[in-house]
Amino acid sequence: MKKIILLFTILTLAIGVNAQEEKKQKQLPSVQLKDMEGNVVNTAELGLEGPIVISFWATWCSPCKRELNTIHELYPDWQDATGVTLVAVSVDDQKTMNAVSMYVNGKSWEYIILMDPNGDFKRAMGVNNVPHTFLIDKEGNIVYSHNNFALGDEDHLYEEILKLAE
Amino acid sequence: MKILLLTTVIVATSYIGYSQQDDGLNITGNIESIFQYLNEDPLIDATQPDSKALINSYMNVFVTYKNFKAGMRMESYLPRIQGYPNRFDGTGLGMRYVGYTNDWVDVTIGSIYEQFGSGMALRTYEDRSLGYDNFLDGARIILRPYKGVTIKGVYGKQRLSFEEGKIVHADGIVRGIDGEVNLNSVIPNFEKSKFKVTLGGSFVSKYQKDNRQDLILPENVGVYGGRIDLRYKRFNLGGEYVVKGQDPSSDNAYIYNYGHAALINFGYSQKGLGIILSAKSVDNMSYRSDRDKDLQDVFINYLPAMNKTHTYNLVATLYPYATQPVGEIAYQAEVLYTIKRKTPLGGKYGMTLNGNFSIAYRPNQNTNGINPNDSSRVTYTSGPFDMSDSLYWRDINFSIYKKFSKKFNLKVSYFNIVLNNDVAKVTGNAHGLIKSNIGVIAAGYKINKKHSVRVELQGLFIEDDDYGNINDNGNWATAVIEYSISPGWFISIIDQYNYGNSNVNNRTHYLYGTFGYIKDATRITLGYGRQRAGLFCVGGVCRFVPASNGLTLSFTQSF
Repeated sequence: MKKIILLFTILTLAIGVNAQEEKKQKQLPSVQLKDMEGNVVNTAELGLEGPIVISFWATWCSPCKRELNTIHELYPDWQDATGVTLVAVSVDDQKTMNAVSMYVNGKSWEYIILMDPNGDFKRAMGVNNVPHTFLIDKEGNIVYSHNNFALGDEDHLYEEILKLAE
Repeated sequence: MKILLLTTVIVATSYIGYSQQDDGLNITGNIESIFQYLNEDPLIDATQPDSKALINSYMNVFVTYKNFKAGMRMESYLPRIQGYPNRFDGTGLGMRYVGYTNDWVDVTIGSIYEQFGSGMALRTYEDRSLGYDNFLDGARIILRPYKGVTIKGVYGKQRLSFEEGKIVHADGIVRGIDGEVNLNSVIPNFEKSKFKVTLGGSFVSKYQKDNRQDLILPENVGVYGGRIDLRYKRFNLGGEYVVKGQDPSSDNAYIYNYGHAALINFGYSQKGLGIILSAKSVDNMSYRSDRDKDLQDVFINYLPAMNKTHTYNLVATLYPYATQPVGEIAYQAEVLYTIKRKTPLGGKYGMTLNGNFSIAYRPNQNTNGINPNDSSRVTYTSGPFDMSDSLYWRDINFSIYKKFSKKFNLKVSYFNIVLNNDVAKVTGNAHGLIKSNIGVIAAGYKINKKHSVRVELQGLFIEDDDYGNINDNGNWATAVIEYSISPGWFISIIDQYNYGNSNVNNRTHYLYGTFGYIKDATRITLGYGRQRAGLFCVGGVCRFVPASNGLTLSFTQSF
């Protein structure tokens, strides 16, 4: 009986501790990727100010390209209003990796591009399939994610970015 | 005793709860579950499994805490869904590792995913949609002793299968070392130069006991090679060359030839224009950690196919091409050009033109002065880019995309694909070259802020074979309609109609409907109907699926 009381006490304490704490959100995992110039970038130390959108895409994924082309037209306004930076992580493997810079420049995208040819960052972020888009606040917490793209989703994402910019 | 244990768990849990607040305990991962209920459909060769229902489930959990990391994947096949290796069964731990990382060292013990250079010497990776996972179970160290210098070493046995809930390893042991130097970081005064140079080199070796009485098999087989990556302003040029030692295997009919693979990539891009040119030469480069395995089992290396990955249903799924590891010479060129906005052709939003060409040939195998029956068992000689006139594959395609208004956009594409079905076999109904012409019109219309609709019309027209008969299954037409309500809902219907089949009874409609709900990182889709095998894209996501008739329910969640 004493043991049971002891157990209950500890249990209550443990729950109390857990309930009191302010829940901290998931942070960006640290993976070493290369950018389009071949420089090594640590994903946990992107060194960007303001909110960050991380969008996983591939040159063979039509909805991914639709998403990034749609945001492309809105991006200057988004940047002016919120200071957001978009990091487009290509999960193209060696087969299509060469086409990434062709597509990005051919479409005049102004995003930061990272290459994840063996899916290391994709795995660490828990991505099942592309497109998958994450929003990260100034403290590096992942505050929102969306695993799809349909026209209109860009407005929804922007509303989430605005919440951070307030 | 039990209570003591329980108390420890609770205290430990609350401590972890605490640490999550203070410092870097981070947990990420995902869940995926796919359920199928399948019907018999002899018309499309879809069978009903004995259990009628099938389910695959996965959960990945990755933990990092300060410098430590750990990860695992539970997987479950009760039984496996169609298209997966038929030996996968049971529930258990399919992948797991622990590791330690700081600024200059990264050690992992357990399941290892790694790629050296372009992967032609070593690449271990998971592609769940294909049921492919060839990780190395063993140890890896990555050293970064100086900025711009990376040294990697791996040692392990590959995952071959997953049976009765347990990982099954390949027979052989794989060892590898790789080094890469970015000269701009290492050489003083070179850092700011616009000319960027990265050099790398790999050595990989596999060990497998000689299991033959009649042959003296090399037990240790090495692959070594070097690579270079050059960039100057808008130009880039990269190349890798690897050589393989004598590796008699079931892939090459146990010959004692050396193998090679070469890859050259050139790119030029500026705002509004991108150009790539690629060349590849592969001979006798199948490299597995078990010499007697075939199909997609335990490849140590990865040989990238040199053609565009298509996404339209008829283009992607009927006549796809994969690398011939035994040998091929391949070339590819692609251009993407955007006509500026506010020009007569560009209109208000610009117009994008894309052209792509790829071709692959069989290598030339010289047998002059070689006695294939002598004891050397070297059956031919071949050099890099020494190609024959025997065509494996050719793909010429163009597309034009234009956004006419805020609401309406249109993309028109044409594809001409020639596939040598005798070598890269995709169908049992055809011999020799399959020649097809495919046209696609895709239109998108945004009805209002949240509602949008997409329509695709596709036609595949096959040329008659050399005897004037309808080749393979003849002509196809496909229609797709997709209606989305942002951000949470979509419904889509696809009909593929094999109207040109030479057998009137096989002029089948493949009708398939999908309904989906997405909330943040959760995605639930319900599909019903007939599906052809291949890369299938719907509601925003692409994946490989096998031929079937029935219901598929899928759930994915990231956390």
